[in-house]
This record gives sequence, structure tokens and C-alpha cells, in this order.
Amino acid sequence: MSTAHTKGNQMTTNSKIAKIAGTTSMKSYREALNDAIREEMRRDPTVIVLGEEVSGGAGCDGQDDAYGGVFGVTKGLMPEFGRERVIDTPISEAAIIGAAAGAANNGLRPIAELMFFDFIGVSFDQIFNQAAKFRYMFGGKSKTPMVIRGTVGAGWRAGAQHSSMLHSVVTHIAGLKVVMPSNAYDAKGLMVQAIRDEDPVIFLEHKVMYNNECEVPDEQYAIPFGEAAFPRQGKDVTIVAISNMVTHAIAAADILAEEGITCDVIDPRTVSPLDDEAILESVEVTGRLVVVDEGNPRCGLASDIAGIVAEKGFHSLKAPIRTVTAPHTPVPFAPALEDAYVPNVDKVLAAVRDVLGA
Amino acid sequence: MPYQEEFLLRAYRSMKTIREFEERCIKEFMGGNVPGFVHASNGQEAIAVAACIDLSDSDIIGSTHRGHGHCIAKGCDVGGMMKEIMGRSSGLCKGKGGSMHIADIDKGMLGANAIVGGGPPLVNGAALAAKTLGTTNVALSFNGDGSANQGTTMEAMNMAVVLQLPHIFIYENNGYAEGTAANYGLGCDSLTDRNAGFGMPSECIDGNDFFATYEAIKVATQRARDGGGPTSIEAKCVRFDGHFIGDPQLYRGKDEIKNARKDQDCLKIFRDRVIKEGWLKAAAMNAIDKEIMVEIEKAVADGLAAPHPDPATDLLSDVYCSY
Ligand SMILES: Cc1ncc(C[n+]2csc(CCOP(=O)(O)OP(=O)(O)O)c2C)c(N)n1
Ligand SMILES: [Mg+2]
Repeated sequence: MSTAHTKGNQMTTNSKIAKIAGTTSMKSYREALNDAIREEMRRDPTVIVLGEEVSGGAGCDGQDDAYGGVFGVTKGLMPEFGRERVIDTPISEAAIIGAAAGAANNGLRPIAELMFFDFIGVSFDQIFNQAAKFRYMFGGKSKTPMVIRGTVGAGWRAGAQHSSMLHSVVTHIAGLKVVMPSNAYDAKGLMVQAIRDEDPVIFLEHKVMYNNECEVPDEQYAIPFGEAAFPRQGKDVTIVAISNMVTHAIAAADILAEEGITCDVIDPRTVSPLDDEAILESVEVTGRLVVVDEGNPRCGLASDIAGIVAEKGFHSLKAPIRTVTAPHTPVPFAPALEDAYVPNVDKVLAAVRDVLGA
Repeated sequence: MPYQEEFLLRAYRSMKTIREFEERCIKEFMGGNVPGFVHASNGQEAIAVAACIDLSDSDIIGSTHRGHGHCIAKGCDVGGMMKEIMGRSSGLCKGKGGSMHIADIDKGMLGANAIVGGGPPLVNGAALAAKTLGTTNVALSFNGDGSANQGTTMEAMNMAVVLQLPHIFIYENNGYAEGTAANYGLGCDSLTDRNAGFGMPSECIDGNDFFATYEAIKVATQRARDGGGPTSIEAKCVRFDGHFIGDPQLYRGKDEIKNARKDQDCLKIFRDRVIKEGWLKAAAMNAIDKEIMVEIEKAVADGLAAPHPDPATDLLSDVYCSY
């Protein structure tokens, strides 16, 4: 985690990386991820991709690479790298994750796709009892450089079994790194880091963000884990948000700015490791904290961050901490209910006004 | 005549209802009236109906993501289904489930399932309950060629044999798991042979032939009711549309669907057979067609007119505790 903390670490304002990188292009979250994986595969022959429909069309009469992942993130990789390195698998999540973990211990850098992260359930043992524990349990002698990709979140009317967040579940597990980019720029840099990382990385892409675009450097760059970004800076209230909730936090901050209320919006980008120092430093200035998270409230990221600040930053606080989360239910299918389920700008605004006593 | 006229008309009505329901779902989805992910089962109607037509409400089925046909065949209310798929509060699951999680416990329909391989272990449980409670109820799981490769499915098959559960594993082999060929995902040449290896009777039939499918499942169901344990039945069939509605299906061969609709349409095959054998008159089936059109039209109109759930009351209902 960053000790000396410098602000301004985000997108075009993050100059350190943008300057090194030279030219940039408008890229979607999807394209940025595709770029990151493709370039790493060119650079390092030990990087492989495996999962269901990562190419698509296997054994069929029609087109190869028919899907390139159901969200198109790995499109075009199979034609370039072949089926040896872009591997369509049977529907066998435990075997997919296990193969990735075993290969990672034997010279490969697998990127395993779980498609919808809800499918973690079928493969959970291979993740939390196996991959996550090897390094520690084997006395530091084992390396498991693997990435597990999956799409998370509500918003697509996909119903209870295709819309979970579950980031708090994996964050709870020691030995896993958990990455949740909120924009295309971070998606690319964090994916590069995830592939180069020596530990198992859970890489969670929010399904409503695949088409979101921003300027992305054309060159490869790695964003270190455990360093938050600051999409908005302010002194009145700290808003910590993750993944797609960053979008709502920024929108709320912009509305409040017009009223003269400035918000420090912090996007931790990785929830394990977590840049708790950035959050504590900000709360030292603002004295007020709102945490926005799409996950369920109990034992979740929002209560975790609130707990860290209550423990380590209590004396800076001028008001009780507020969390904005989904309710403690599965994700409902009906649009009317799903829209009410997911935290939105209005809920963030209400929480900010609440901590301000306004 | 080997079949009662009433039975044949019921079978036809059920298959045709599924066909019209699915085709209408596709249309309504394209028109923006059905949200989310929808997997239509048109083309595969004969299997659902052959499997469920003799079951009572206390016999249990477990379905898949492609579950509309199984629901209709098991007697779920078509109006309630359409409302559910449209996310309305008067739907079968109050709009909380949707197409991929549609269920009707009162009808012995344990649920569609958006987790591939989620169903078979649950259906073992229903079968275990029947066995333990000493009823003669049976349980059927619907499975795909793709879901055959899921560990949960294989564990359930082995346990069903070990415990001699009254569970019929029906495999709808439509040749595809999403955009992957069935014979790519299956490492063996024959799913039926693989399933026999678990130690249960295992049969492969033409799922486009209602009668062949019905006869095979009837034997399996009777064996299960008599305490003879599980059976696997692989029914070869055709998926007439995409994996999901809107799937461009680039992976399918040229003219593949067109030819299948022409030569492998289970409804056409049924009609031709019953007419040729002199078991049913075309007019009787045409009359049913008309009734079904009216029923589906009404289901859609009622669905579109039905109220949406109210977040103030419905978001936090059916939970034991809210925070
Ligand atoms: C555990 C899990 N893995 C993957 C998926 C994504 N998925 C949904 S349906 C499907 C293909 C299923 O194929 P098959 O069992 O043959 O059924 P079909 O779609 O042909 O009816 C896949 C991979 C899922 N829903 N659940
Ligand atoms: Mg299939």
C-alpha cells in the first residue's frame, strides 16, 4: 500500500502514467481490457486465457471466435494466439479454476474467466481452499500467478443468479487480491498488473460499464494495487465508492459542488489490498464519511471501510459515518425493483446531506 | 389405437402452447416488453411434454435456464408465466424471479435455474424426500448436453445410483452449449454410454419424436415409482433459435436452422404421424391452435397491463430480516 500518498492519481489527471504512455485513444472498458490482455499475451508466451466461450464456436460448423467471451472482452485473441492459448472449456467451473491454479504453479500465467462471477459458487473450493492458500500454507514456496475474471453487478435485469457483487466474499479471504476498476483507464492498467502479479487476483468487471469510454494510453502500463484514485477532490465530505458506484459518487459530487459543498471522492480501485491510508487522510481533513457500495450490507465492503475509519480515524469524525448499499436481499428481477435495489445518485446525495446535518 | 384421443389432444395442446408462447416471447423481447436474458425452448417441445404429461403435481421437476417449456408442460399458468417474464407483481414469482428463475412449487415445478448444473442435486433431494416418506412420487431433472459436464450433475448422478433414488435424468441434447458444440464439450463419443457408466439404465432417443420420447420416459418413470432407482435418457433435439433471444448465432452452419425447421420440427412430426395413423383429425388440432392463439394473446395483453411491483412494499418482502 502507498505510504507517501500523492493525490491526483486518476485518468487524465494522473499525469505520471499518462506522460510515460505518450499517445492515447478513446477506448471502452471492454476494449481497454482486451488491449491489456492482448499485449501481455504478445509479451509473455506463458499467459493463457481459459473459460467458457472465451472464443466460442468450438467444434461448430459456423464462425470461430463467435463470441470472444459473452461480453466480447476476449474477442480476437483466439485468431491471433490460437486455441492452444485461448481455450474454450466445457461447462466445468471447478475444473477451470483448478486448472488455472495448477498451471499457475507450473509455469503459466492463466487468465481464467468465470463469465458471470455468480458462477464462483460452483468453483469456490478451488479458489479459497486451494489457490488462495498455497503461498502461505506451503511456507512461501509456491507462486500462483493467476487472474480470475468475472462480471458482477445488477442493472441488466439478469435476476438473482447473474447479478451478484460478491466482492466482499472474496475480499474476506486471505491470499486473494481483489480488483474492481471503475473506468477504462484503470481497467487496462489494473489488468496488466493483475497478469504480472505473482498472486491469485480476482478481477471484477461491472457489467453495466463495458461500453463506458475514456482516454486510454496506447502503451501498456501497470497500475499498482493498493493505490486509490481521486476522481474528485474536496474538503467537506469524503465519499468512498467502488466499481460502478464511482459513477454515482462523481455525479453526486458534481451536483453538490454547484451548491458549494466539495467532496473528496475516493476510488480504492483494489479492495484487497485496500488503500486505507488514503481514506484516513481524507477523513482527517473532511471529518465526514459516506461509503457507497452495491454489495449487500452485512459483512460487506461498506461496513468494513466504516469499521476501519471508526477504529483508526474516530477522532477526526465530526458526524456518524453513513453507508449507502443495496438492501440485504438477492437481486430482484423486475426492473421496478432492480432500479430501487441499486444505490443511485439520489441516495448518495441524501447520505452526504445527512452527514453534513443539512 | 394405442393412445387415447384425449391424451393425444392434451399432448398436442401442450406442445403447441409452448411453441406459441416461446415465439411470442421472442417477439415481445425484440419489442422491448421482456427484460433480461431469455432462453427460448422452441424446437424442443416434445421432450418437455413427453416427460411431464403423466406426472401429477406431487411429482417434482427441476428445470434449466431454458425452462418455459418445462413449466408449461408441468401445468404452470401461462398468464402467470408471461407476467413473471415481464417482471410484474402478479407473476408466478411476483416478478422477483424472471425467465431464468421461474418456479411454481404448487405445481411441482422446482424452478428454472440460471446456474448450469444447479438443478440435479436439488432434484435428488426431491427424490430422496419421496423415497424417505414412502410416497410413489418421482422426480425429473432436465439437463442440457453442456450441463452434463458440470461436476454437480455428475455427483448427483452417482448419488442417485448409490441411494437408488426415483430420479429420471433427462438430457436435452440440442447440439450446443451456448456457442460450443455438444461434441466438443463432451469428451466421450456418447453421453448415453457415459451415463450408463454411473450404473443406471441409460437410453438415447430421438427427442423430435414425441412418441419415442414418451415411451422411454414412461418406462423410466414406472421403474422409479417401483423402487428401481434412477434412469438417464438422452433426447436428441434441435434448438430453433439462439442460445438467448438476440444471439446472432454466428457459430451455426449455413441453412442449419432452416433445414431443421423443415425436417426436424417435433410439432410437424407429431401432426403428420397422428394424421397418417388416423389417430387425430387435422381439424381438431386446428381448433386447438386457434384457442392457443387467443390464450397467448390474452397472456400478453394481461401481462402488459399488469402492475409493476412497488419497491416500497415489494423490495423487502419475502426476507426474514432486513437491515
Ligand atoms: C455454472 C454456470 N456456468 C455457466 C453458465 C452460462 N451458461 C448458461 S447456459 C449455458 C450453456 C448450457 O448448455 P446446455 O446445458 O447444453 O443447455 P442449452 O442451453 O443447450 O439448453 C452456459 C454456459 C451458467 N449459467 N451457469
Ligand atoms: Mg445444449
